Amino acid sequence: MAGLAIDRVSKRFGTYDALSDVSINVADGEFLAVLGPSGCGKTTLLRMVAGFEKVTDGRIIIGGQTMSSPDHNLPPEKRRVGIVFQNYALWPHMTVAENVGYSLKVAKVSRAERDRRIAEALSLVNLTGFGDRRPANLSGGQRQRVALARCLVSAPSLVLFDEPLANLDVHLRAAMEDEFADFHKRTGTTIVYITHDQAEAMALADRIAVMDKGRLAQLAPPRELYREPANEMVASFISQGIILPADVLTPAEAGHCRIRVLGHEVVVRCRPDERPRADAKLCCRSPELETVGSNEDGIRVAIKRVVYQGGRARVELSPVERPDLNLHLEQADPVTLEAGVEARVRIRTGWLIPEARNAA
Amino acid sequence: MAGSISRVRSSSDIPMSVPMKRNLPSEWVLTGLVVAVVVILSILPMLRLVQEIIAPGGRLSVAAVEAGLSNPATWTATWHSLVVGFGGTILAVIFGTAVAILVSLTDVRGRSAFVLCFVTPLMIAPQVTALAWLQLFGPASPLLKLLGIAPPLGTRNPLYSAQGIILLLGVQYGPLVFLMVRAGLRKLPRELVEAGLAGGASRWTVLRTVVLPLMTPSIIGASALVFVSCVGNFGIPAFLGIPANYLVLPTLIYQRLAGGGPAVLAEVAFLSVLIGVIAMAGIVAQDIISRRRDYRIATTSLPVEPFELGRYRMLVEALMWLIICTILVLPLLGLFLTSLVPGYGIPLSFKTATLSNYSFVLFEHAAAKNAFFNSTILSVAAAIFAVLIAVPLGYFIAWRSSWWSKVLNLTVELPYALPGVVLAIAALLMFLKPIPLINLQIYNTVWIILYAYLARFMVLALRPTVSGFHQIDRSLEEAAQVAGAGFIMRLRTIIFPMVAPVAVAGGLLIFMTALSELTVSALLWSSGSETIGVVIFSFEQGGDSSYAAAISMMTVTLTFLLMIASNFLARHLPNGVLPWRD
Repeated sequence: MAGLAIDRVSKRFGTYDALSDVSINVADGEFLAVLGPSGCGKTTLLRMVAGFEKVTDGRIIIGGQTMSSPDHNLPPEKRRVGIVFQNYALWPHMTVAENVGYSLKVAKVSRAERDRRIAEALSLVNLTGFGDRRPANLSGGQRQRVALARCLVSAPSLVLFDEPLANLDVHLRAAMEDEFADFHKRTGTTIVYITHDQAEAMALADRIAVMDKGRLAQLAPPRELYREPANEMVASFISQGIILPADVLTPAEAGHCRIRVLGHEVVVRCRPDERPRADAKLCCRSPELETVGSNEDGIRVAIKRVVYQGGRARVELSPVERPDLNLHLEQADPVTLEAGVEARVRIRTGWLIPEARNAA
Repeated sequence: MAGSISRVRSSSDIPMSVPMKRNLPSEWVLTGLVVAVVVILSILPMLRLVQEIIAPGGRLSVAAVEAGLSNPATWTATWHSLVVGFGGTILAVIFGTAVAILVSLTDVRGRSAFVLCFVTPLMIAPQVTALAWLQLFGPASPLLKLLGIAPPLGTRNPLYSAQGIILLLGVQYGPLVFLMVRAGLRKLPRELVEAGLAGGASRWTVLRTVVLPLMTPSIIGASALVFVSCVGNFGIPAFLGIPANYLVLPTLIYQRLAGGGPAVLAEVAFLSVLIGVIAMAGIVAQDIISRRRDYRIATTSLPVEPFELGRYRMLVEALMWLIICTILVLPLLGLFLTSLVPGYGIPLSFKTATLSNYSFVLFEHAAAKNAFFNSTILSVAAAIFAVLIAVPLGYFIAWRSSWWSKVLNLTVELPYALPGVVLAIAALLMFLKPIPLINLQIYNTVWIILYAYLARFMVLALRPTVSGFHQIDRSLEEAAQVAGAGFIMRLRTIIFPMVAPVAVAGGLLIFMTALSELTVSALLWSSGSETIGVVIFSFEQGGDSSYAAAISMMTVTLTFLLMIASNFLARHLPNGVLPWRD
């Protein structure tokens, strides 16, 4: 059992900054998801925690012990960290039991003890009786479960998941998601889970670290990430938030303030320290937009595209005054909007993105 | 459930935290060892050779170069080397490319059997090829005698000539061109051909304007390789050229050294560097030519749909098997029949046929018995050692991409890229005097041959091993690392088992190549350290073709059996590791 502290870590490959100044504290037993588009540095971060990559700057501390610093790098084989790889990384020349028991063999655990613990680990992932099979004869889901068993047999203090569901088909993903959640609940192990899939991260994690271009964009619980994004990147990345220019008219009061957006005044949620300012940004979620009748007060918009998605349609539109802005909303059956027509839309509420501050 | 989990955890804490005993990280020890081996096998001999030329005895001097350049024999041999080098290359390239296009782009049947047979000459030692063809065409040819069309005894064998050498070099290395062009054709995306056809071009036009231009890199690469092999070949010009007094550089070196002993070392060192320079010029020319235009194929896609030959199919197939007959079956038949002849010129019949040649070389002739023993031990030792080195070396080259791993790769390639004569002379220079510090004399023993074999053939095991590593996902090693396994443990339990099939296949190639190797051992052997290649050569030079044929038949049979047996490994191997597998 151990927490993980990533303390102002940077990683440079030649002149390219893969990670800059990332700090994340993961509490003992916490499930942290690291989320971001490809190339954001999340895999580099995982490889540094595991010890495969050295840090250029900063420290990585696991269970109170410094594992990585610029002048010291404890090799991966001594970190007692478990990894579940994206492609499972099962050794093809070993049976399932040999795969699972490898770390025990390395640690020279006695034969009887080893067999007992292999059997236990296999039963935990519902693979009892599969010990003599070869990885090649297993399905994708079974391979992933063997990888999980191999990882938990040595009871690591920290388990890293490297996009473990990326290679599985959709219906299997849901089942494995349940399995991972269950695994976390039963073992209470600290988990760092790398993914580019928001739904996966939201479903599993206690907190999510959103990464962007090598920087930590926001570290927060899923709900906060959705409702109160800290910056434009997170706002637009999470659930395709709509970003609109706004002017703040009143100071925050009980977490709300009045703003002007697209010529209309709206009361939105905000940080308690908001002051009136120009050039602010509003983050709107599609359920926070609604269509109104043509004679009611609303923003005039042109419908650009209507995509029927079964039971509802995704409607893409732009304000007539500002055709450069893109909005979207969902309309349930019966779908009445169609591309090319004009309509009126009202913003019910939203989240005022806090002012960008250097060294936030 | 929760109870069992906590048990798993608590019991693991104690054994996992036992500290590992180690002074120096084992990884660094191994790296140092591997680098040391490469330096000793590849860099030292080349440095020693260069030193002999420019600074013999430690003092700068151009005397050796001057003496070499002023000798007319040098110029004659150089000219001959260039003639057979270019002649053999042109023949091999035309022959190999034509066959590759037929096999790859048309719907001929029986491809894998054909490829197996067509590539076999490559696996047979050049001097055995030479011997077999000589037995086919000479006045004593049992086959021609059986047919009653043999020229009278005393007639000169038509193969004792420059044309004969060129013909056999073409036959020997045609398969090499075939393999490289075929590999290229397999990567040719079908769209490129189909786009040409859709544009209204005929098959011939597409072949001429699309396929062949795109195959240029393969063909040029193959030409360079074949040129180096032709220039460095010893077996064929030794068997065909020496009787006609048509000397090329390798045979000139052999004759000088055989006549003059260590005294002429400086002179032959110059000659061997001259071969090295000619070979390198071929490689550099290839590099320049292939840079002139862009032949890169951008997409990967399905291979080209075979061209239906229609009513010509039978004809083409018949032609292909006629080729096999000519380059493989007939020569080997000639060899086999000669091995049954009781004495020179005696006509072969059921009454005169005898196995006594076999029993003589196997049980009576002391040097031959020695040679079987020596060659077997040498090739097994070279194969095993090469595999053991190739795995860690391949690991560094494939998975630790840093500048020095690339240098390491090039260094290992060098002794194989250069003609074998060059390495043999370098080994002689290095070990003529006892090794300093340990005062060990390996000159005139079997050990100097082993050293040369290791240096020369290491790359045959390394290349497939590196390509094997490239096909393995690196995370398999990382998974073992997070499981707590140190480098040596990972090497033993994960890395070695996974690349073993490829490395072993490479070892097999080494064994087959080294078993009847002649070029290196002809210059390095001494009484007691004869090799099979040397014994075949001496028998043939002494006029005992039947004994030479008997030994050759045995090595050819063994090679063929190994080729077939190796197919059991094929399942575990990436494409192209076993050249004879289609």
